[in-house]
Amino acid sequence: MSSTPPEPPDPPAADAASHALTVLGAGVMGVGITALALGHGLPVHLVDTDRQRLDRARDRISDELRLAQLLGALPPGTVPGQLSTGTDAAAAAGATAVIEAITESADLKAGLLAEVSALVRPGTPLITNTSSIPVEELAGAVDRPAELIGTHFMNPPYLIRTVEVIRGPRTGGRTMSAVLSLLAALRREAVVVRDAPGFVTSRILHPMINDAARVVQQGTATAEAVDALMQGCLGHPTGPLRTADLIGLDNLVDSLRVLHERTGDEGCRPCDLLLTLVREGRCGRKTGSGFYNYR
Amino acid sequence: MTVQYNPESPASTGADGVEAELLGFLEGHTHSAWEPETDLFQEGGLSSLFAMQLVVHLEKSYGIAIRGTDLRLDNFRTVTRMAALVRRLRETQSDGRHG
Repeated sequence: MSSTPPEPPDPPAADAASHALTVLGAGVMGVGITALALGHGLPVHLVDTDRQRLDRARDRISDELRLAQLLGALPPGTVPGQLSTGTDAAAAAGATAVIEAITESADLKAGLLAEVSALVRPGTPLITNTSSIPVEELAGAVDRPAELIGTHFMNPPYLIRTVEVIRGPRTGGRTMSAVLSLLAALRREAVVVRDAPGFVTSRILHPMINDAARVVQQGTATAEAVDALMQGCLGHPTGPLRTADLIGLDNLVDSLRVLHERTGDEGCRPCDLLLTLVREGRCGRKTGSGFYNYR
Repeated sequence: MTVQYNPESPASTGADGVEAELLGFLEGHTHSAWEPETDLFQEGGLSSLFAMQLVVHLEKSYGIAIRGTDLRLDNFRTVTRMAALVRRLRETQSDGRHG
Protein backbone atom coordinates (compact mmCIF):
# COMPACT_ATOMS: atom_id res chain seq x y z
CA MET A 1 0.00 0.00 0.00
CA SER A 2 2.83 2.36 0.80
CA SER A 3 3.88 2.52 -2.84
CA THR A 4 0.48 3.45 -4.23
CA PRO A 5 0.86 6.71 -6.12
CA PRO A 6 -1.72 9.43 -5.62
CA GLU A 7 -4.48 9.20 -8.19
CA PRO A 8 -4.98 11.91 -10.78
CA PRO A 9 -7.99 14.11 -10.06
CA ASP A 10 -10.57 12.86 -12.54
CA PRO A 11 -13.89 14.62 -12.87
CA PRO A 12 -16.54 12.95 -10.71
CA ALA A 13 -18.67 10.42 -12.53
CA ALA A 14 -21.61 12.30 -13.99
CA ASP A 15 -23.95 9.33 -13.86
CA ALA A 16 -23.24 8.36 -10.24
CA ALA A 17 -26.83 9.12 -9.28
CA SER A 18 -28.23 6.64 -11.80
CA HIS A 19 -26.70 3.73 -9.89
CA ALA A 20 -28.13 2.05 -6.79
CA LEU A 21 -25.89 -0.77 -5.66
CA THR A 22 -26.69 -3.59 -3.32
CA VAL A 23 -23.60 -5.20 -1.80
CA LEU A 24 -24.05 -8.59 -0.15
CA GLY A 25 -21.60 -9.44 2.64
CA ALA A 26 -20.00 -6.99 5.11
CA GLY A 27 -16.61 -8.68 5.24
CA VAL A 28 -13.32 -7.13 4.15
CA MET A 29 -14.24 -6.92 0.47
CA GLY A 30 -17.88 -5.95 0.96
CA VAL A 31 -16.78 -3.07 3.17
CA GLY A 32 -14.00 -2.01 0.77
CA ILE A 33 -16.23 -2.09 -2.31
CA THR A 34 -18.94 -0.19 -0.44
CA ALA A 35 -16.41 2.50 0.56
CA LEU A 36 -15.20 2.75 -3.05
CA ALA A 37 -18.76 3.21 -4.34
CA LEU A 38 -19.83 5.71 -1.66
CA GLY A 39 -16.66 7.72 -2.19
CA HIS A 40 -17.56 8.01 -5.87
CA GLY A 41 -21.03 9.27 -5.03
CA LEU A 42 -22.98 6.03 -5.58
CA PRO A 43 -25.63 5.00 -3.05
CA VAL A 44 -25.13 1.55 -1.52
CA HIS A 45 -27.37 -0.80 0.41
CA LEU A 46 -25.14 -3.21 2.34
CA VAL A 47 -26.60 -6.54 3.45
CA ASP A 48 -25.26 -9.01 5.99
CA THR A 49 -27.10 -11.60 8.02
CA ASP A 50 -25.15 -10.58 11.12
CA ARG A 51 -26.56 -7.35 12.60
CA GLN A 52 -23.49 -6.72 14.77
CA ARG A 53 -21.19 -7.12 11.84
CA LEU A 54 -23.25 -4.58 9.92
CA ASP A 55 -22.96 -2.10 12.77
CA ARG A 56 -19.19 -2.56 12.87
CA ALA A 57 -19.13 -2.21 9.09
CA ARG A 58 -20.51 1.33 9.32
CA ASP A 59 -17.52 2.40 11.42
CA ARG A 60 -15.09 0.54 9.20
CA ILE A 61 -16.54 2.12 6.07
CA SER A 62 -16.17 5.58 7.54
CA ASP A 63 -12.53 4.78 8.47
CA GLU A 64 -11.89 3.47 4.97
CA LEU A 65 -13.40 6.60 3.43
CA ARG A 66 -11.14 8.78 5.54
CA LEU A 67 -8.09 6.74 4.56
CA ALA A 68 -9.11 6.92 0.90
CA GLN A 69 -9.49 10.68 1.17
CA LEU A 70 -6.18 11.03 3.00
CA LEU A 71 -4.46 9.24 0.15
CA GLY A 72 -6.19 11.27 -2.55
CA ALA A 73 -7.98 8.17 -3.86
CA LEU A 74 -11.42 9.77 -4.18
CA PRO A 75 -12.63 12.23 -6.81
CA PRO A 76 -12.44 15.70 -5.23
CA GLY A 77 -15.69 17.53 -4.66
CA THR A 78 -17.86 14.42 -4.83
CA VAL A 79 -20.65 14.18 -2.28
CA PRO A 80 -20.46 10.67 -0.78
CA GLY A 81 -23.31 8.33 -1.67
CA GLN A 82 -25.92 7.35 0.92
CA LEU A 83 -25.27 4.16 2.89
CA SER A 84 -28.11 2.01 4.14
CA THR A 85 -27.78 -1.42 5.72
CA GLY A 86 -30.03 -4.37 6.40
CA THR A 87 -30.11 -8.08 7.10
CA ASP A 88 -32.51 -9.08 4.33
CA ALA A 89 -31.24 -9.82 0.82
CA ALA A 90 -34.74 -9.04 -0.48
CA ALA A 91 -33.68 -5.37 -0.50
CA ALA A 92 -31.70 -6.21 -3.64
CA ALA A 93 -34.98 -6.11 -5.58
CA GLY A 94 -34.60 -2.41 -6.37
CA ALA A 95 -30.90 -2.41 -7.19
CA THR A 96 -29.37 -1.42 -10.52
CA ALA A 97 -26.60 -3.93 -9.85
CA VAL A 98 -25.89 -6.46 -7.11
CA ILE A 99 -22.37 -7.24 -5.93
CA GLU A 100 -22.09 -10.45 -3.95
CA ALA A 101 -19.01 -10.53 -1.70
CA ILE A 102 -19.68 -13.26 0.85
CA THR A 103 -17.43 -16.09 2.04
CA GLU A 104 -15.40 -17.80 -0.65
CA SER A 105 -17.55 -20.93 -0.85
CA ALA A 106 -19.19 -22.05 -4.10
CA ASP A 107 -22.19 -23.54 -2.25
CA LEU A 108 -22.89 -20.44 -0.17
CA LYS A 109 -22.48 -18.15 -3.17
CA ALA A 110 -24.70 -20.31 -5.39
CA GLY A 111 -27.46 -20.39 -2.75
CA LEU A 112 -27.49 -16.63 -2.24
CA LEU A 113 -27.21 -15.78 -5.94
CA ALA A 114 -30.17 -18.09 -6.68
CA GLU A 115 -32.24 -16.27 -4.06
CA VAL A 116 -31.28 -12.81 -5.34
CA SER A 117 -31.72 -13.75 -9.00
CA ALA A 118 -35.38 -14.51 -8.31
CA LEU A 119 -35.86 -11.06 -6.73
CA VAL A 120 -34.17 -8.58 -9.04
CA ARG A 121 -35.60 -7.00 -12.17
CA PRO A 122 -34.56 -8.97 -15.27
CA GLY A 123 -31.54 -7.29 -16.80
CA THR A 124 -29.92 -6.44 -13.45
CA PRO A 125 -26.26 -7.52 -13.44
CA LEU A 126 -25.40 -10.01 -10.70
CA ILE A 127 -21.74 -9.60 -9.90
CA THR A 128 -20.00 -12.29 -7.91
CA ASN A 129 -16.83 -10.95 -6.35
CA THR A 130 -14.49 -13.88 -6.00
CA SER A 131 -10.80 -14.58 -6.08
CA SER A 132 -11.07 -18.08 -7.50
CA ILE A 133 -14.52 -19.66 -8.02
CA PRO A 134 -15.37 -20.01 -11.74
CA VAL A 135 -18.45 -18.01 -12.76
CA GLU A 136 -19.87 -20.97 -14.69
CA GLU A 137 -20.06 -23.03 -11.48
CA LEU A 138 -22.54 -20.48 -10.12
CA ALA A 139 -24.36 -19.74 -13.38
CA GLY A 140 -26.48 -22.89 -13.11
CA ALA A 141 -27.96 -21.63 -9.84
CA VAL A 142 -29.37 -18.33 -11.11
CA ASP A 143 -32.58 -17.72 -13.08
CA ARG A 144 -30.85 -15.94 -15.98
CA PRO A 145 -27.21 -17.03 -16.39
CA ALA A 146 -26.57 -14.22 -18.92
CA GLU A 147 -26.84 -11.73 -16.03
CA LEU A 148 -24.07 -13.30 -13.97
CA ILE A 149 -20.50 -12.01 -14.20
CA GLY A 150 -17.41 -12.18 -12.00
CA THR A 151 -15.18 -9.46 -10.62
CA HIS A 152 -12.07 -9.79 -8.54
CA PHE A 153 -11.43 -6.51 -6.73
CA MET A 154 -8.15 -6.28 -4.87
CA ASN A 155 -7.96 -5.02 -1.29
CA PRO A 156 -8.35 -2.11 -0.75
CA PRO A 157 -10.53 -1.54 -3.82
CA TYR A 158 -10.24 2.27 -3.71
CA LEU A 159 -6.43 2.17 -3.88
CA ILE A 160 -5.98 -0.54 -6.50
CA ARG A 161 -7.31 0.79 -9.73
CA THR A 162 -7.28 -2.32 -11.86
CA VAL A 163 -10.07 -4.88 -11.50
CA GLU A 164 -10.04 -8.38 -12.96
CA VAL A 165 -13.39 -9.00 -14.69
CA ILE A 166 -14.40 -12.57 -15.47
CA ARG A 167 -16.72 -13.23 -18.37
CA GLY A 168 -18.31 -16.65 -17.95
CA PRO A 169 -19.22 -18.70 -21.02
CA ARG A 170 -22.87 -17.66 -20.59
CA THR A 171 -22.35 -14.02 -19.51
CA GLY A 172 -24.36 -11.80 -21.87
CA GLY A 173 -23.15 -8.75 -23.78
CA ARG A 174 -25.57 -6.40 -22.00
CA THR A 175 -24.32 -7.55 -18.60
CA MET A 176 -20.78 -7.10 -19.81
CA SER A 177 -21.31 -3.49 -20.91
CA ALA A 178 -23.36 -2.60 -17.82
CA VAL A 179 -20.56 -3.80 -15.55
CA LEU A 180 -17.89 -2.00 -17.55
CA SER A 181 -19.85 1.23 -17.25
CA LEU A 182 -20.31 0.69 -13.51
CA LEU A 183 -16.56 0.19 -13.15
CA ALA A 184 -15.97 3.35 -15.19
CA ALA A 185 -18.23 5.27 -12.77
CA LEU A 186 -15.96 3.93 -10.01
CA ARG A 187 -12.89 5.01 -12.03
CA ARG A 188 -11.60 1.42 -12.12
CA GLU A 189 -9.78 -0.06 -15.07
CA ALA A 190 -11.24 -3.40 -16.08
CA VAL A 191 -9.18 -6.21 -17.54
CA VAL A 192 -11.57 -8.83 -18.92
CA VAL A 193 -10.44 -12.46 -18.83
CA ARG A 194 -12.04 -15.84 -19.43
CA ASP A 195 -13.43 -18.15 -16.81
CA ALA A 196 -11.12 -20.63 -15.04
CA PRO A 197 -10.28 -21.55 -11.43
CA GLY A 198 -8.43 -18.54 -10.00
CA PHE A 199 -8.69 -16.71 -13.37
CA VAL A 200 -5.33 -14.94 -13.80
CA THR A 201 -4.28 -13.14 -10.62
CA SER A 202 -5.13 -15.84 -8.06
CA ARG A 203 -3.93 -18.66 -10.30
CA ILE A 204 -0.50 -17.01 -10.25
CA LEU A 205 -0.41 -15.23 -6.90
CA HIS A 206 -1.99 -17.76 -4.53
CA PRO A 207 0.42 -20.67 -5.15
CA MET A 208 3.26 -18.14 -4.86
CA ILE A 209 2.00 -16.95 -1.46
CA ASN A 210 1.61 -20.60 -0.42
CA ASP A 211 5.25 -21.20 -1.38
CA ALA A 212 6.32 -18.10 0.52
CA ALA A 213 4.56 -19.42 3.64
CA ARG A 214 6.16 -22.83 3.10
CA VAL A 215 9.60 -21.23 3.02
CA VAL A 216 8.88 -19.67 6.42
CA GLN A 217 7.45 -22.98 7.70
CA GLN A 218 10.64 -24.79 6.70
CA GLY A 219 12.74 -22.25 8.58
CA THR A 220 14.59 -21.03 5.50
CA ALA A 221 13.78 -17.41 6.30
CA THR A 222 11.52 -15.21 8.40
CA ALA A 223 8.41 -13.57 6.90
CA GLU A 224 10.26 -10.24 7.02
CA ALA A 225 13.18 -11.69 5.06
CA VAL A 226 10.92 -13.30 2.45
CA ASP A 227 9.08 -10.01 1.88
CA ALA A 228 12.29 -7.98 1.89
CA LEU A 229 13.75 -10.20 -0.85
CA MET A 230 10.60 -10.25 -2.95
CA GLN A 231 10.35 -6.47 -2.66
CA GLY A 232 14.01 -5.53 -2.92
CA CYS A 233 15.16 -8.06 -5.52
CA LEU A 234 12.02 -8.77 -7.51
CA GLY A 235 10.05 -5.54 -7.26
CA HIS A 236 6.96 -6.97 -5.56
CA PRO A 237 5.12 -3.92 -4.13
CA THR A 238 4.55 -5.18 -0.57
CA GLY A 239 5.95 -8.73 -0.39
CA PRO A 240 3.77 -11.86 -0.68
CA LEU A 241 3.27 -12.41 3.06
CA ARG A 242 2.26 -8.84 3.79
CA THR A 243 -0.14 -9.25 0.85
CA ALA A 244 -1.44 -12.47 2.42
CA ASP A 245 -2.15 -10.63 5.68
CA LEU A 246 -4.05 -8.00 3.73
CA ILE A 247 -6.11 -10.59 1.82
CA GLY A 248 -6.92 -12.47 5.04
CA LEU A 249 -5.38 -15.90 5.65
CA ASP A 250 -8.77 -17.61 6.09
CA ASN A 251 -9.87 -16.34 2.69
CA LEU A 252 -6.54 -17.34 1.21
CA VAL A 253 -6.90 -20.91 2.52
CA ASP A 254 -10.46 -21.09 1.11
CA SER A 255 -9.20 -19.89 -2.27
CA LEU A 256 -6.25 -22.28 -2.29
CA ARG A 257 -8.65 -25.16 -1.61
CA VAL A 258 -10.88 -24.03 -4.48
CA LEU A 259 -7.82 -24.00 -6.73
CA HIS A 260 -6.45 -27.31 -5.47
CA GLU A 261 -9.76 -29.13 -5.89
CA ARG A 262 -10.23 -27.81 -9.41
CA THR A 263 -6.73 -27.90 -10.85
CA GLY A 264 -5.12 -30.79 -8.96
CA ASP A 265 -2.03 -28.59 -8.60
CA GLU A 266 -0.31 -29.74 -5.39
CA GLY A 267 1.27 -26.31 -5.09
CA CYS A 268 -2.21 -25.01 -4.26
CA ARG A 269 -2.72 -27.33 -1.26
CA PRO A 270 -2.65 -24.88 1.70
CA CYS A 271 0.58 -25.42 3.66
CA ASP A 272 0.60 -26.31 7.36
CA LEU A 273 1.73 -22.90 8.54
CA LEU A 274 -1.22 -21.18 6.85
CA LEU A 275 -3.63 -23.72 8.35
CA THR A 276 -2.10 -23.29 11.81
CA LEU A 277 -2.34 -19.50 11.70
CA VAL A 278 -5.99 -19.68 10.65
CA ARG A 279 -6.75 -22.23 13.39
CA GLU A 280 -5.21 -19.85 15.93
CA GLY A 281 -7.42 -17.03 14.67
CA ARG A 282 -4.41 -15.17 13.27
CA CYS A 283 -5.99 -14.31 9.93
CA GLY A 284 -3.90 -11.24 9.10
CA ARG A 285 -4.51 -7.54 9.34
CA LYS A 286 -8.25 -7.81 10.05
CA THR A 287 -7.65 -9.86 13.21
CA GLY A 288 -4.63 -7.88 14.39
CA SER A 289 -2.03 -10.53 13.57
CA GLY A 290 -0.99 -13.03 10.94
CA PHE A 291 2.52 -13.21 9.55
CA TYR A 292 2.93 -9.77 11.14
CA ASN A 293 1.49 -8.01 14.16
CA TYR A 294 -0.81 -5.04 13.65
CA ARG A 295 -1.78 -4.22 17.20
CA MET B 1 11.52 8.30 26.59
CA THR B 2 14.38 10.45 25.33
CA VAL B 3 13.78 12.10 22.00
CA GLN B 4 16.83 12.92 19.92
CA TYR B 5 16.60 15.84 17.60
CA ASN B 6 18.65 18.83 16.59
CA PRO B 7 17.98 21.61 19.11
CA GLU B 8 19.32 24.17 16.61
CA SER B 9 16.50 23.51 14.19
CA PRO B 10 13.87 26.24 14.56
CA ALA B 11 11.13 23.74 13.72
CA SER B 12 11.91 21.67 16.78
CA THR B 13 11.54 24.50 19.24
CA GLY B 14 7.77 24.80 19.36
CA ALA B 15 7.05 26.26 22.80
CA ASP B 16 3.91 24.16 23.17
CA GLY B 17 5.91 20.95 22.67
CA VAL B 18 3.86 19.62 19.75
CA GLU B 19 6.95 18.77 17.68
CA ALA B 20 8.65 17.07 20.60
CA GLU B 21 5.55 15.04 21.38
CA LEU B 22 5.20 13.96 17.74
CA LEU B 23 8.86 12.99 17.48
CA GLY B 24 8.37 10.90 20.62
CA PHE B 25 5.26 9.26 19.17
CA LEU B 26 7.11 8.42 15.96
CA GLU B 27 10.11 7.03 17.80
CA GLY B 28 7.86 4.94 20.01
CA HIS B 29 6.13 3.39 17.01
CA THR B 30 9.03 2.96 14.62
CA HIS B 31 11.89 2.36 17.07
CA SER B 32 14.05 4.93 15.37
CA ALA B 33 14.69 8.64 15.77
CA TRP B 34 13.29 11.21 13.31
CA GLU B 35 14.07 14.77 12.28
CA PRO B 36 11.25 17.33 12.15
CA GLU B 37 11.76 17.88 8.42
CA THR B 38 12.14 14.28 7.30
CA ASP B 39 9.52 13.20 4.77
CA LEU B 40 8.05 10.28 6.68
CA PHE B 41 6.58 8.55 3.64
CA GLN B 42 9.05 9.26 0.87
CA GLU B 43 12.37 9.15 2.72
CA GLY B 44 11.10 7.42 5.83
CA GLY B 45 9.24 4.67 3.99
CA LEU B 46 6.33 4.67 6.43
CA SER B 47 3.10 3.16 5.12
CA SER B 48 -0.15 4.87 4.24
CA LEU B 49 -1.85 2.95 7.02
CA PHE B 50 0.60 4.51 9.46
CA ALA B 51 -0.49 7.89 8.11
CA MET B 52 -4.01 7.07 9.24
CA GLN B 53 -2.63 6.22 12.70
CA LEU B 54 -1.07 9.67 12.77
CA VAL B 55 -4.41 11.29 11.91
CA VAL B 56 -6.14 9.44 14.73
CA HIS B 57 -3.30 10.26 17.15
CA LEU B 58 -3.45 13.99 16.36
CA GLU B 59 -7.23 14.08 16.75
CA LYS B 60 -7.17 12.28 20.08
CA SER B 61 -4.16 14.02 21.58
CA TYR B 62 -5.08 17.56 20.59
CA GLY B 63 -8.88 17.46 20.57
CA ILE B 64 -9.14 18.45 16.93
CA ALA B 65 -11.14 17.09 13.99
CA ILE B 66 -9.25 16.73 10.72
CA ARG B 67 -11.75 16.88 7.88
CA GLY B 68 -12.30 17.96 4.31
CA THR B 69 -9.31 19.27 2.42
CA ASP B 70 -7.14 19.13 5.56
CA LEU B 71 -7.30 15.36 5.29
CA ARG B 72 -4.53 14.91 2.73
CA LEU B 73 -1.22 13.16 2.99
CA ASP B 74 0.81 16.34 2.40
CA ASN B 75 -0.28 17.68 5.79
CA PHE B 76 1.26 14.65 7.52
CA ARG B 77 4.46 14.40 5.54
CA THR B 78 6.72 15.90 8.22
CA VAL B 79 6.55 16.60 11.93
CA THR B 80 6.78 20.32 11.19
CA ARG B 81 3.73 20.21 8.92
CA MET B 82 1.70 18.16 11.37
CA ALA B 83 2.51 20.61 14.17
CA ALA B 84 1.42 23.52 11.96
CA LEU B 85 -1.86 21.73 11.21
CA VAL B 86 -2.45 21.06 14.91
CA ARG B 87 -1.87 24.73 15.79
CA ARG B 88 -4.12 25.99 13.03
CA LEU B 89 -6.98 23.63 13.88
CA ARG B 90 -6.64 24.21 17.61
CA GLU B 91 -6.98 27.89 16.89
CA THR B 92 -9.99 27.63 14.59
CA GLN B 93 -11.78 24.83 16.40
CA SER B 94 -11.41 26.18 19.93
CA ASP B 95 -14.30 28.61 19.38
CA GLY B 96 -17.41 27.54 21.20
CA ARG B 97 -15.68 24.70 23.00
CA HIS B 98 -15.46 26.12 26.47
CA GLY B 99 -17.76 23.63 28.10
